[in-house]
Amino acid sequence: MTRVRTGELVLRYVLLLAVLALTVGPFLWQLATSLKGPTEDIYSSPPTFLPRHPTLHNYARVSETIPVWDYAFNSLKVATANVVTNCVGAALAGYALARLRYRGRRVATLAFVLAMLVPVEGIIIAQFTTMRELGLNNTLIGVVLPGCIGAMNVLLMRNAFLNLPYEIEEAAYVDGANVWQRFLRIAVPSVKGTLAVVAIFAFMGAWDDFLWPLIVLSDPSKFTLTIGLNYLHGTFANDERLVAAGTVIAVAPLIALFACLQRYFFRGVGEGAVKG
Amino acid sequence: MPSTGPRTRAVRVRRQLPTSPWLFAAPGLLVIGAFILYPFVSTLVNAFTDRRTLIPGEFVGLANFRELLHDDMFWIGLRNSALYVLGVVPALVILPLLLALLVQKNIPGITFFRSAFYTPVVASIVVVGLIWVWLLDERGLVNSLLETIGVGRVGFLSDQWLLLMSAMAVTVWKGLGYYMIIYLAALANVPRELHEAAAVDGAGAVRRFVTVTVPAVRSTMALVGALSSVAAFKVFSEVYLMAGPSGGPAGEDTTLVMLVQRTGTGLTGRVGYASAISVVVFVVTVALMLLVLRADRRSES
Repeated sequence: MTRVRTGELVLRYVLLLAVLALTVGPFLWQLATSLKGPTEDIYSSPPTFLPRHPTLHNYARVSETIPVWDYAFNSLKVATANVVTNCVGAALAGYALARLRYRGRRVATLAFVLAMLVPVEGIIIAQFTTMRELGLNNTLIGVVLPGCIGAMNVLLMRNAFLNLPYEIEEAAYVDGANVWQRFLRIAVPSVKGTLAVVAIFAFMGAWDDFLWPLIVLSDPSKFTLTIGLNYLHGTFANDERLVAAGTVIAVAPLIALFACLQRYFFRGVGEGAVKG
Repeated sequence: MPSTGPRTRAVRVRRQLPTSPWLFAAPGLLVIGAFILYPFVSTLVNAFTDRRTLIPGEFVGLANFRELLHDDMFWIGLRNSALYVLGVVPALVILPLLLALLVQKNIPGITFFRSAFYTPVVASIVVVGLIWVWLLDERGLVNSLLETIGVGRVGFLSDQWLLLMSAMAVTVWKGLGYYMIIYLAALANVPRELHEAAAVDGAGAVRRFVTVTVPAVRSTMALVGALSSVAAFKVFSEVYLMAGPSGGPAGEDTTLVMLVQRTGTGLTGRVGYASAISVVVFVVTVALMLLVLRADRRSES
């Protein structure tokens, strides 16, 4: 019995390591490429993984070639704004849908459900013309606005508020707390977990987004990191070391963020799946 | 929709603060109204006009749709987006399930493996695209390995069909971790007893997978099928990054959303025509979703 178990365990670890090589390996290869010096052959066959003379020179060269730190700062601004607007807006609207009663609440809920079902890729041209009409084309505000309060996040928050027992708020109500006090002091602190999930996905979504900033931004000084990278790739495709360094700059903060907050990630995806 | 408590409470809230509920919902409604629902309606309207970026345009009836029928690029885009669904969806329904079974058992270090397998999901699609462009390059890692073992170099990014298949592989690679987590949540709800009973009856691992696991997670498989087919049909970034803005050799790798982006943007963008293509995207995605979910319902009954 134990021998079978050991055998199965070994097989499991072998498979796990194989998948690990397949999923994380490409990132490590990219990191290795970014550290290889100008005299090293990055095209050798058989390939050599470890840089013989590890150097950070390529990172310096990226920032000489494109304003990569400015792009990263733009991405940071967009992502931070997206986190704040999504947390505040989705909490407010979610509370209104779950806990407040007024004429038209069902219509409001339906509006969010419909908005969640609209395929963004299909409306992107109309979003672009809307931005033009508002004069916000080619601005970072224009990048943030369409996703600044995601319908999905509103519905996530609504579900979280629905799961809170009524009695606590009831007690506060009897004590004379008004709706804002009940919202801020009782309801929001009770749904911190879901709020964290919304925050993480808002940050990640904004930091990673490609199609929408590609359409809205035309002025290279306003590029976000993803658009800047595409530009770097298009312009300097001949030096893979540079592109590799650029991608490492773009992906490292996210992997760090993810490593710190991974349990929230899994809770978020799991919850989303269970609740549809 | 779950009920939200007795009516009396609701009435009290309303009487006390007649206007504030709308203040709560207003920012959200404003944003989705202005940037999701209004653009959606205007896409439907624009599809019947000859609107351009700088020209308001006039109603032209079905002219855009008639033009689509004779537009080779449209058919190429439709073909590639449809092929993408056929290529990607079966892999994304099955592989993440196997992966979830692999990481389900709590053995030492398993949390590390789960997180590590999720890394491609976290990374931006641009990063992922550029990594694979480099890996699949004529002189890249994959080709170096192939040459080392004597297969020789393969033009993954220069051949029209290989390019499309490479992009599909990248989509699958990036999606594995995401759907793995969805399956993990579903597997957690499968009663252990079923597996044990089957094991007692002498069923091996493969048999237990087919007779116990698959039926138990069938509705999750349908959900993954629906989500991944809709996403696959709307593919943009992977192909755009690997094939370039013009869609590979002679544009043969263009997908529908790439065509929308190419046709509708810029100062001379044909907003009306791009909207007509978008309408096709809407119709097909809704149809795909209904198809997958209906197939699931039929298999359950």
